[in-house]
Amino acid sequence: MNNSSRARDLKLISCHACGLVLDNQEELRHSRCTRCDEHVYTRKPNSLSRSWAYLIAATILYIPANLLPIMLTTKMYNTLSSTIVSGVIDLWQDGAWDLAIIVFTASVVVPILKLGLMTFLLISTQRKSTWRQRERTKLYRIIEHIGHWSMLDVFVVALLITLVHFNKLALVQAGPGIVAFAAVVVLTMLSSMSFDPRLIWDTDEPKSSTPPDNGQTNG
Amino acid sequence: MQSRLNPASLVICEYCDAVYSRTPLKRREKAHCLQCGSELYRNARVDIDVMLALTLASAIMFVIANCYPIVELNMSGLSNRATLWDTLLFTLDSNVGVIAVFAAASAFFFPLIQILLFAYVLIPLRAGRKPRAFIGAMHALREMQPWSMVEVFMLGAVVSVIKLTAVAAVAAQIGLWGFATLTLLLTVLSSFDLQDLWDQSEALDA
Repeated sequence: MNNSSRARDLKLISCHACGLVLDNQEELRHSRCTRCDEHVYTRKPNSLSRSWAYLIAATILYIPANLLPIMLTTKMYNTLSSTIVSGVIDLWQDGAWDLAIIVFTASVVVPILKLGLMTFLLISTQRKSTWRQRERTKLYRIIEHIGHWSMLDVFVVALLITLVHFNKLALVQAGPGIVAFAAVVVLTMLSSMSFDPRLIWDTDEPKSSTPPDNGQTNG
Repeated sequence: MQSRLNPASLVICEYCDAVYSRTPLKRREKAHCLQCGSELYRNARVDIDVMLALTLASAIMFVIANCYPIVELNMSGLSNRATLWDTLLFTLDSNVGVIAVFAAASAFFFPLIQILLFAYVLIPLRAGRKPRAFIGAMHALREMQPWSMVEVFMLGAVVSVIKLTAVAAVAAQIGLWGFATLTLLLTVLSSFDLQDLWDQSEALDA
């Protein structure tokens, strides 16, 4: 499977911003794209550690995001607090099962999937695993594209607190859980953006005639 | 390697670093990476006329979506209606003000700036020249893309409406239809590959 020529071995860099392919014969570390002036690099700098940092922060915040209430609903002097999961259960019990599935997917499945799959991708990439590289790359592409849908609940809370404020008759207030939840979504997005999928394929030493670059002593 | 290939004729897969030489594609054809299956490029020519038309339509729809209320709620003779900005300002005043900042950026400012930058880039390109801040505008467009969430806000509004029908009389207003249309327009507009615009702008320099 691994028989294609790779840009790293041919000393080529493609600009991540404009796609221009640049010749990197001198193996420049800090060069700029000749077309769009963006910093170019063979791999995103500190990709794995930055991705881990965001992921760990997101995982920690995921706990208060699910334990703290995201909404407080007051109806006739009765206040009910709901968390992300209890909100989905309420929808289901009200018979709005289609809506329950949408919210369940966006607020529960997608965040857990992102946290789990990013952890899996980071560990397998760090171990230079050659197991199902093609499928793992595809997983990354999926994670990249579904992440922002989890913001659904954040917008729902903002709209509901604005619409439902009839003093003691009916009142919806936001709970602190929603802030933690929004932070989880932003952090998982930053984590997947920091991850460089090309590292999935960097399982062997560069096939180059020059001595391998040790990454530290260049200056 | 004996002779260096001309880099301009090459394409590198951004997901796995495999190198290919570009071949011309027929209309609607896409080139995929053999190693990892990601899309490499499409039939290159972006249609600037189509993009500009979508941009102008988005601009009009953006104004409509933001000027009209999205939802109206009636309960025991009282009624509340909310535009996007009502929602943002109300949330800003609530105990979760930070949410309003995020929502304002992702549902209002980023989409607005995207539309303005597309117009700024495309109008001169259509006339055969590059705008002065072309490079900066193109970078801003690329960086804003993942944080622009009109489509998520739209779905959020729909979910809110359905949630409220259980307890009160709710009516979707013009603003909701505006956002639905804006979502469609922006989805088509952002499906164009910015890298093709770079390639096309380069032809103007030559």
